[in-house]
Amino acid sequence: MTRMDESLGPSGAAGGSRAWRATLLTLGIFAAVAPAFLLESFQLFQLTMAVIMALAVLGLNIVTGYNGQISLGHGAFFAVGAYVTAILMSHFDWSFWATLPVAALVCAAVGYGVGFPALRLGGLYLALTTFSLAVAVPQILKHKALEDWTGGVQGLFLVKPDPPFGLAVTPDQWMYLSVVAVAALCFWGTWNLVHSRIGRALMAIRDNPTAAQAMGMDISALKTKTFAASAMVTGIAGALSAVAIEFVAPDSFTFGVSITLFVGMVVGGVASILGSLFGGLFVLFVPNIAEAISKAAPGVIYGVILILFLFLLPGGFAGLLRQIAARLTRRRP
Amino acid sequence: MTTSRRTLILTTGALLAAPRLAAAQETPGVTATEIRIGSTNALSGPASTYSVITKCLTAMFQRLNDQGGVGGRKIAFIAYDDAYQPPRTLEQTRRLVEQDKVAFLFNQLGTPTNSAIHRYVNQRKVPHLFLATGADKWANPKEYPWTIGWQPSYRTEAQIYAKYILEQKPNAKIGLLYQNDDFGKDYLHGLKDVLGARFDAMVKTATNEATDPTIDSQIVSLQAAGCDTLVCGIIPRFAAQAIRKVHDLGWKPMMFMTNVSVSAGAVMQPAGPEKGVGLITSDYRKDQSDPAWANDPGMAEWRAFMAKYIADGDLSDNNYTYGYGAGSTMIQVLRQCGNDFSRENVMKQATNIAPMDIATLLPGVQVQTQPGNYNVIRQMQLQRWDGKSWVRFGKVIEGGNV
Repeated sequence: MTRMDESLGPSGAAGGSRAWRATLLTLGIFAAVAPAFLLESFQLFQLTMAVIMALAVLGLNIVTGYNGQISLGHGAFFAVGAYVTAILMSHFDWSFWATLPVAALVCAAVGYGVGFPALRLGGLYLALTTFSLAVAVPQILKHKALEDWTGGVQGLFLVKPDPPFGLAVTPDQWMYLSVVAVAALCFWGTWNLVHSRIGRALMAIRDNPTAAQAMGMDISALKTKTFAASAMVTGIAGALSAVAIEFVAPDSFTFGVSITLFVGMVVGGVASILGSLFGGLFVLFVPNIAEAISKAAPGVIYGVILILFLFLLPGGFAGLLRQIAARLTRRRP
Repeated sequence: MTTSRRTLILTTGALLAAPRLAAAQETPGVTATEIRIGSTNALSGPASTYSVITKCLTAMFQRLNDQGGVGGRKIAFIAYDDAYQPPRTLEQTRRLVEQDKVAFLFNQLGTPTNSAIHRYVNQRKVPHLFLATGADKWANPKEYPWTIGWQPSYRTEAQIYAKYILEQKPNAKIGLLYQNDDFGKDYLHGLKDVLGARFDAMVKTATNEATDPTIDSQIVSLQAAGCDTLVCGIIPRFAAQAIRKVHDLGWKPMMFMTNVSVSAGAVMQPAGPEKGVGLITSDYRKDQSDPAWANDPGMAEWRAFMAKYIADGDLSDNNYTYGYGAGSTMIQVLRQCGNDFSRENVMKQATNIAPMDIATLLPGVQVQTQPGNYNVIRQMQLQRWDGKSWVRFGKVIEGGNV
């Protein structure tokens, strides 16, 4: 996967030459595409879901990791993205691809709106405000005023897109490749964002708002726009999840989703693009590992694994990578 | 860079190392010595009180294996946790079907969770048997021939009330108070099923939202409309209010309450036990706390099973009597299969169960299926509140066949 190689900033820069980068890019694309043809359909489905979760975690990372605004409500944007796609596909027979930009725009708009109270509320208060959003969304989806659109508690069914042009791939393979392509685009965009002038401004606002303002940064505009961008990325992940699962229902988007995304971000590494990918893998696969260890109390095992993880890798997975990268570069002359 | 590639290779390798089974057999999940059955339940999360059902079923298959299995084969029962989240139900179901290659699925828990896999299992033609949910949608053999429920649906319950009303008061003026969601609307549909063309003339309806503070005005309006019978499809909080309000108004209708809202502790005590005297509800299971079943052979069989296989189980938890009933039905289907455990035959046998008694169900309440009728339990017995406890009365009543 391209983004994995690119996002390892320090060593990537040490790598240098254009040819080296091209080789990495090719290898990355190969590594991202290969599972589609190596894995059985169920494992491919799991990996698809992991990539979707990684994308959702990435969205959260933009606002919480890079901009320091704690959000415990990103499950709400995930749900909105999923429902926009589901409603357009099942009520209006839109193609899946056409719904993606709409889902992205709607989520960006909602995120922009949520960004305003965020200006006045800091830290824990913002966390609670966003959390209340996550708690409210499933009930709003069930509300009778929206029931005709959302399908109420029964939810909506939709169908995975078929591979186009008679490509010789199964719908599962096509779904995986589509998800990887969309995710790669979002990861690439986010990479560019956080390594740009605006990205540095976001981190400056996180680390020292007063200094940032003194430097002439428009804090309120940047914070609300960050919320919008963050909600948009998580919303796109939600839209992808709706088609991958082919079903949306309010019970799929309880506040647990927001917590899951938060866990993924912390375990992967706060303010890390590559960490988001790992976070996605973690939240999808570790509950299954926990269950394999104990069927009686999978929640307890999951908790223990989580605590061990945070204890052994306080900087998340990305922190570990940074340490290794630092050691490797130190050895080099 | 090396690290990230190594990680990727390790991840991919780990995924590939997951157990792969031999190429597809003619009868998936069935070998000369084993039948694999899959299930999902909320082993963690807010709905995990239901996880004892899986515990009960696992123990029942253990007992079956101890007795020599079925068709010369042992049962391997694989149950995964979905934490009551529909996306995880799909993931775990795909794991069961595609990776573990189970023969069929049995007693998966929950309405939203089963909805998420409804189409998947029917497209793949995997039997999706005896689900642990009370929704009415599972009995739809025309569109979803591979899915079948087990317990009586709310709709069946409402049909039973309607039949009893017609028998007792053919000219009743019925007030129906129901919650404006799928749960409540099942009561509306159930009454319509039985009353048919007479529905409009006989029934006056009122609805409430789960978020309403009270339902007093609905009760008053139904009384003012001249109703002499009241059917309530409402959740426990409103059930207590309804019982109290009807009593306080001095209104004495023949009153029916959904059997999800009749707990002595959560509804009857808060309402005031004396105010609910005469209230009617229904049940299909034997209540293990009822002394009437102290010497009942069926319950003795259940107690012996519990003592031997789930010694630490809470005997007052009625999920165990539920699980025992569903498990007994499944074992009957396996026995009927003879030596052919193909998916087609399993489904054929599951939809051709001759009426049979089940140890933990009320006498006269039978499990039965026909290819055109997937309502497995269609009968219930009415019971009336006497101020202290529920007292069963009358014969078991069968819901309409719709």
